[in-house]
Amino acid sequence: MEFNLKIWRQKNAKTKGHFETYHISGIEEDASFLEMLDILNEQLIREGTDPVAVERGCQSSGPVSFDHDCREGICGACSLYIDGRAHGPDDHVTTCQLFMRHFKDGATITVEPFRSAAFPVIKDLVVDRTAFDKILQAGGFISVRTGSAQDANNILIPHDKAEESMDAAACVGCGACVATCKNGSAMLFVAARVSSLALLPQGRPEAKQRAKAMVAKMDELGFGNCTNTRACEMECPKGITVAHIARLNREFLKAKFSD
Amino acid sequence: MTDKLNSKIPEGPLAEKWTKRKSEIHLVSPNNKRKLEIIVVGTGLGGASAAASLGELGYNVKIFCISDSPRRAHSIAAQGGINAAKNYQNDNDSVYRLFYDTIKGGDYRSREANVYRLAEVSAAIIDQCVAQGIPFAREYGGYLANRSFGGVQVSRTFYARGQTGQQLLLGAYAALNRQIAAGTVKSYPRHEMLDLVIVNGQAKGIIARNLVTGQLERFGAHAVVIATGGYGNTYFLSTNAMNSNGSAALQCYKKGAFFANPCFAQIHPTCIPVHGEQQCKLTLMSESLRNDGRIWVPKKLEDVEKLRKHQIKASQIPEEDRDYYLERRYPAFGNLVPRDVASRAAKERCDAGFGVNETGKAVFLDFADAIKRLGHQRVAERYGNLFEMYEKITASSPWEEPMMIYPAIHYTMGGIWVDYDLQTTVPGLYAIGEANFSDHGGNRLGASALMQGLADGYFILPVTIGDYLSKKFAEPKTDVDTKEFIEAEKAVQARIDRLFAIKGKKTVDSIHKELGHIMWNNVGMARDKKGLTEAIKQIAELRKDFYENVNVPGSQFEFNQELEKALRLEDFFEIGDLMARDALQREESCGGHFRVESQTEEGEAKRDDEHFMYVAAWEYKGEGKEPELHKEPLKYEFIKVATRNYKD
Repeated sequence: MEFNLKIWRQKNAKTKGHFETYHISGIEEDASFLEMLDILNEQLIREGTDPVAVERGCQSSGPVSFDHDCREGICGACSLYIDGRAHGPDDHVTTCQLFMRHFKDGATITVEPFRSAAFPVIKDLVVDRTAFDKILQAGGFISVRTGSAQDANNILIPHDKAEESMDAAACVGCGACVATCKNGSAMLFVAARVSSLALLPQGRPEAKQRAKAMVAKMDELGFGNCTNTRACEMECPKGITVAHIARLNREFLKAKFSD
Repeated sequence: MTDKLNSKIPEGPLAEKWTKRKSEIHLVSPNNKRKLEIIVVGTGLGGASAAASLGELGYNVKIFCISDSPRRAHSIAAQGGINAAKNYQNDNDSVYRLFYDTIKGGDYRSREANVYRLAEVSAAIIDQCVAQGIPFAREYGGYLANRSFGGVQVSRTFYARGQTGQQLLLGAYAALNRQIAAGTVKSYPRHEMLDLVIVNGQAKGIIARNLVTGQLERFGAHAVVIATGGYGNTYFLSTNAMNSNGSAALQCYKKGAFFANPCFAQIHPTCIPVHGEQQCKLTLMSESLRNDGRIWVPKKLEDVEKLRKHQIKASQIPEEDRDYYLERRYPAFGNLVPRDVASRAAKERCDAGFGVNETGKAVFLDFADAIKRLGHQRVAERYGNLFEMYEKITASSPWEEPMMIYPAIHYTMGGIWVDYDLQTTVPGLYAIGEANFSDHGGNRLGASALMQGLADGYFILPVTIGDYLSKKFAEPKTDVDTKEFIEAEKAVQARIDRLFAIKGKKTVDSIHKELGHIMWNNVGMARDKKGLTEAIKQIAELRKDFYENVNVPGSQFEFNQELEKALRLEDFFEIGDLMARDALQREESCGGHFRVESQTEEGEAKRDDEHFMYVAAWEYKGEGKEPELHKEPLKYEFIKVATRNYKD
């Protein structure tokens, strides 16, 4: 297969970015999107050292930087906005689990970083998502000291509750919800954590404090408000639903009323 | 045994060793803990749980990771589960049985005392994780559920769907976040350790590169903990994450920490087969699939031919023409034999010409019987997300046709040599989790990596490190402007300058791929003297090629992933060489290490306890010099050493 790739290039956070177009051919249908980018990078590095290409006026900005790691759809590192969709045209996948068979041979594909005020660009397609860590540091935990836990089976959790909590806990922290939301809101991300813990008896003692602190931190870090467009749910690679946002809202209101 | 290899195993009965050691360890009072600094490198299960627990105790911790967030560490990708001797199933499990299974699974090449301690603390890990809010699978009564894994006959594996590693890591990461918020831990994401700094023979800090700005930075502490995982990516293609690397461990080796059993690498039997030359990463399918999936290849070569030409489908091959070779060869354990055994058996069938895909390197993992027996819904509950993942990648549905799988490099049992306290041969330097060598011997059992990472991080290191630090609280903060730090930084700078100066024409990845071929062909599933000798030669040649022809584009002072990869590849050469040397000296077959010269008439691995019942610990002797082998004899006082038998 062959493609024209229109890719966002930006040297660093301080410089302005622009699109560059590249042609790539000889891609297998079974190759993943990131493998295709690996091949492009090999090509760009070779062209950068090829005197003929340089003479022809090839102004390579060097290989394209992009975040990636596990390539199994679980680490949440990959974060590409492809043809106007977070993680590209397939549903319920991270970018690394997107395969070239989902594209038409000869297509032009536009690749951008996840864009949001709270995720500044570091280079090319790499963004800074430490704001997510900061939100979780504000309260996304249960305060238990190492070694002080009781026997695990002393806490009974109905099967369905555990499953529901797990649905929310499946969040990989990629930021697709933020990149997709027109307001740049992190509500689905915050809701996933709040909801997962709120559903479990262990999470109840700190539930109020957690919801308030995490929402306050989200606001402080420049994420937008939720206006219930449900776009986040559509693009979440793990299928986390806005039902969790509803639970977050209930937890948050309960906390506020009891203030 | 040389003096440097004092394993410091406490005297006394097996079950009392840990209690005894804990009672001997000196304590550090809370006001003194505040004066002490600890560097933790790596944020996987080991690193995150250790940093969180140390911070909670009151130490000042700095934690480093190469990713944008601690949560990306590769522990996150572990699917199947975590073992613990809870005996919740009433199937007569116990600490002793978990200990015994782990020693046996490791083919009698791990330390009794370490493994017993691992089994002993396993139950507390589950308690801790549940208290943290990890949504483990539950029975309908609300009690915790379990499943089975390879190499055992009880059900002791706790799991959270096919995402157990993710959930455990998020628990440890949450505990870490709590300490970061409390100010006891300072986090340095996108920082890569490039050297260990030693002052007066003790580990006192690291040199790290800020991966965003490219600056080299110096960090000092009273002790350094390495929790950077394994070195499976030496093979280029593996199930490890793309950024997983052995560099931190290798830098410690170069600064005097011995490297133990480097040749013990685990080849996991159930990975999605290689699809072409453009691939850079292999995907694991959880071992838990072997609970209900049956592994087979056709009995007749003509069926193999037809499959490869797509003239028939696997499901059309009648029962009597299928060879369920694991059930045939190992009736007692069947499809649940340990990983090394299952991998070799797959290779044996494929080498004999029965591989079922175009490349001839795949076997079937079939769920048709399980679907018939359990029904669609129960199979979906157990493996739904794995089936979906398989279908996304291969565009074939396991509900209709069997999966195709083949072995791939997955985990490294070898690592930095540590004593019972998890301290390396360098005072003040500790290694935990996959980065050390201590608990899995020649082969790791499924669901034991998560157990070890968390055992080390939550319950062992935070106690043992106190013994060393109790003598250090009077020492002032480590000054990073001393000659040791300045020289270490200069050496790293020289390494970087050298790489940029080469300006060759080959990409880093293309050379890494060549290294991978050398490793897989000669230091892979079957090893012999000729191939290993050849590998050492080929690696040296490739390394020369690298220093003459590699092209590292861009500059140091920017976000530069090619530079990151080039620095890691330099270290993979050294590790690859060490693996080949270690495999060459170990003239026995043992766990994941199979020497062709050492097998039974039936083709089973033949161990040689008389000559090789030792830990091979390698000492770095300087660039271009051969490393020196030290041997730590393994003594089995409490269990009878036997040939592993999974047949009856």
